[in-house]
Amino acid sequence: MSTLLETSQQLIQIVAVLCMVVISLSIILLLYRVIFGPTNPDRAIALDTIGINLMALAGLVAVLLLTTKFNDVILLIGILLFIGTIAIAKFIEKGVIIDRDLD
Amino acid sequence: MIQHNDLILRTTTSLIAFILFGFSIYLFLAGHSAPGGGFIGGLMTSAAILLMYMAYGNKAVSKILPINYRMLIPIGLSVAILTSVGSFLFGQPFLSHTYGYFYLPVFGEKELATAVLFDLGVYLTVVGITMTIILTIASDR
Repeated sequence: MSTLLETSQQLIQIVAVLCMVVISLSIILLLYRVIFGPTNPDRAIALDTIGINLMALAGLVAVLLLTTKFNDVILLIGILLFIGTIAIAKFIEKGVIIDRDLD
Repeated sequence: MIQHNDLILRTTTSLIAFILFGFSIYLFLAGHSAPGGGFIGGLMTSAAILLMYMAYGNKAVSKILPINYRMLIPIGLSVAILTSVGSFLFGQPFLSHTYGYFYLPVFGEKELATAVLFDLGVYLTVVGITMTIILTIASDR
């Protein structure tokens, strides 16, 4: 019974490390799209996806370190990402982020 | 000219801005022994105010929140300096802090630290500086 527990713990650690490696590769590929992206909507989508990958990395670090303190960090990254995406979308649509006077 | 319609953004902003204010207060109070503190609490507050500015425009939000953000910077810095100098009254070195356990009516026995007063100064300074920078860039034509 204890050997089964140890095996599953090792399996979780190995899978978490492998997932971190693959997510890091994905972030590098997305950085190429941010820097050399042909149009601005490409860059917006790539930045959004980089944020999602950062949330996944924080969750995997929380799994590896056996802690719950990273939950606030994941929520914080999500909120900042939401506001950044709204700002980029509004800039692409209107050309101005904070209107002087609506209506 | 296409008529722009921000109905979804405005409706969700009226809900999400309050959640962000509550989360910023939680982060401000959770500092010193958990992730959080004055700096990131101030950043979350300015993110909530910025979301309201993006959804409702400059004129409406300036009417709702008539705060001069430039005045928050000297207020926050003087709060931080006064709490630092206050340790001289007790014959302690500069910036030293203390804590104690008190009984509060609703929450039970809690640990209260004087470091949260210094964090309040950091909070006000961060909100003032962030909103000053963003609004200065946004109103530049």
